[in-house]
Amino acid sequence: MYRIIEKKALNPTVTQMVIDAPFVAKKALPGQFIILRVDEEGERIPLTIADYDREKGTVTIIFQIVGATTEKLNHKEAGDTIPDFVGPLGRPTETEGLKKVCVIGGGVGCAIALPVAKELAAQGCDVTSIIGFRSKDLVILEDEFKAASKKFYMMTDDGSYGRQGNVCVPLNEMLAAGETFDEVITIGPLIMMKFVCAATKPYNIKTIASMNPIMIDGTGMCGGCRLTVGGKMKFACVDGPDFDGHEIDFDEAMSRARMYADFEAKEREETCNLFRKEVK
Amino acid sequence: MPKFNMNPLKNPMPSQAPDVRNGNFKEVALGYTAEMAIDEAKRCLGCKNRPCVAGCPVNIAIPEFIAKVAEGDFEGAYQIIAMSSSLPAVCGRVCPQETQCEGKCTRGIKAGCEAVGIGRLERFVADYHNANAKEKATPVPSNGHKVAVIGSGPSGLTCAGDLAKMGYEVTIYEALHVAGGVLVYGIPEFRLPKAIVQKEVDNLKDLGVKIETNMVIGRVISVEELMGEYGYEAVFIGSGAGLPRFMNIPGENLKGVYSANEFLTRSNLMKAYKADSSTPIQHGKTVAVVGGGNVAMDAARTAKRLGAEVHVIYRRGEEELPARREEVEHAKEEGIIFDLLTNPTRILATDTDNPRDPAYGWVKGIECIRMELGEPDASGRRSPKEIPGSEFVIDVDCVIMSLGTSPNPLLKATTPGLETLRRGEIAVDENGKTSIEGVYCGGDAATGAATVIKAMGAGKVAAKSIDEYIKSKNN
Repeated sequence: MYRIIEKKALNPTVTQMVIDAPFVAKKALPGQFIILRVDEEGERIPLTIADYDREKGTVTIIFQIVGATTEKLNHKEAGDTIPDFVGPLGRPTETEGLKKVCVIGGGVGCAIALPVAKELAAQGCDVTSIIGFRSKDLVILEDEFKAASKKFYMMTDDGSYGRQGNVCVPLNEMLAAGETFDEVITIGPLIMMKFVCAATKPYNIKTIASMNPIMIDGTGMCGGCRLTVGGKMKFACVDGPDFDGHEIDFDEAMSRARMYADFEAKEREETCNLFRKEVK
Repeated sequence: MPKFNMNPLKNPMPSQAPDVRNGNFKEVALGYTAEMAIDEAKRCLGCKNRPCVAGCPVNIAIPEFIAKVAEGDFEGAYQIIAMSSSLPAVCGRVCPQETQCEGKCTRGIKAGCEAVGIGRLERFVADYHNANAKEKATPVPSNGHKVAVIGSGPSGLTCAGDLAKMGYEVTIYEALHVAGGVLVYGIPEFRLPKAIVQKEVDNLKDLGVKIETNMVIGRVISVEELMGEYGYEAVFIGSGAGLPRFMNIPGENLKGVYSANEFLTRSNLMKAYKADSSTPIQHGKTVAVVGGGNVAMDAARTAKRLGAEVHVIYRRGEEELPARREEVEHAKEEGIIFDLLTNPTRILATDTDNPRDPAYGWVKGIECIRMELGEPDASGRRSPKEIPGSEFVIDVDCVIMSLGTSPNPLLKATTPGLETLRRGEIAVDENGKTSIEGVYCGGDAATGAATVIKAMGAGKVAAKSIDEYIKSKNN
């Protein structure tokens, strides 16, 4: 069993938890993920490692409440336990040797982009960060990003905070003005990553996207997380989750991500009803 | 009472009726009663040359345990089996006895005669013990030496059990949240109830074996670290062959296309077949299972139980089906359709081009081509050839690819100096020794996908080598 050490709401739908998991903490690197089960009947869900403390033996996860399992997880409090928490899984993000990088995070993906930005900054890399949210009340990790970045852009879709527009707006401006990067690293919704990759392609700037397909075991034994990259089949859990964004078939990935949409909607409804009853 | 039962045929196995069982996940075969077991045991001639023992990969003293069954001493029979096998309730159910112990049985040699039901008797004895034994096994006093086992499938469980019985302190590291490997994620509940696997795992824990789940060796701890800072004198790799193969035909990434591993993992390990499961699984209307092995039969019979019309698509003929005869018969009885000498060429998508349409990107059919068998090749196999222009489409909404699996690549990738063969199998000698001193390997990780009992045999051989290695090192 893995104890929840701390729980903090970052915004109305995004929660941060610090989990006691010394084995994971000892080996975790930016870009890697864990798989957890919320209870003995639970499904296995992947979440990226947002931070870790090797000495305390803790791992930080940040998750958005999007369905039944994340809803149940959000009902756990500090001191509660979860039965399974396995990792680190996947390959770490490659940051070595990069001198100038643009890190682009969207929504809860910013929680995954942050450790990458921090790692790059720690290596003396010149980091530009662009983070985007739907609106002001969903903003997370702003100060942490600012601390890791030389240049920083805050975007909201509705303009309620920072600049109005999506993350591609400042990216396109910079690229058009002749700005260049060793690499662009993007983490967020598939549609956002698709457009970031489309924006950098004409400039031939290497772009890495952190993919988040449906997973079960996370160890390479089922292929549920398969993607087409450069015309070849790849398993995101072992070959990724990072891939060359200019090679990824995003339309296929978006389609596959919706495979269980009906089931998920029903589960979420039932879970919400369950918690509503408990509150009464 | 006559000493022998001279009936040429086995006592039949009581089973659920096909049209009942294909609608539930309960075990198909119900097992012998005590009377049936004793009657069957009396068919054993107790031959001096014991050909059946040579046919068993772990060399169970078969005539001896059967003699105990004939006397009605079921616990005595169990103790004899337990000297050679750590998982008798599993093996009695899933071993291909027809090519092993029962294939060699003297009673089965004459035409029209059947071998003694050794597997059924082993199963009966193990189930009797698990239901009635009052005393738990007790750990053997420690000899002070630690061994790590990677993977809790049949080879790892066997290796761990044998080493624990010799006094070693054994820890098994398992990547998933439940121990058992293919016994829990691969073989369905209706062939091997998970409660039985759990019972066998608990028996091992009683012997003093520690099991650490959620530990992906290679990522969380390396083999080098196990041998170094963690203080294990030897490591056994039993990580299996879990990497699924695909055909590389168009449409394989459509929604509704699964590897058999994914489909079975969802159903077996995650219990997605239950209505209240939090893990989803597709309940297809018409399902194509591509492949003809035991895993294909398991996937087909699972899909049937989830309510589908199921087609098994196999490129060779009935004779060449690699699955056990019994599994093919069970599948046919349950209403599975076999499309033989047939090979998929592509998987077809729904007509819509609009990604926002919920129907977008789903399977709607599988295009196949008819095959014919050519002359036998050098290996004696008749290779299938396409019949030009014979393409046709089967309308399906789900496809399960069951084309075999390769060894998991993670340990090879993270263990410097670990030599592997062409398909990623870890290279071992006849004692299970790898290219690294103190590191042993067995089961599917070394051979590629094979059988449960072969993996158990390899675990047994490795346990013996590990014992010899540690003893020689400490002398």
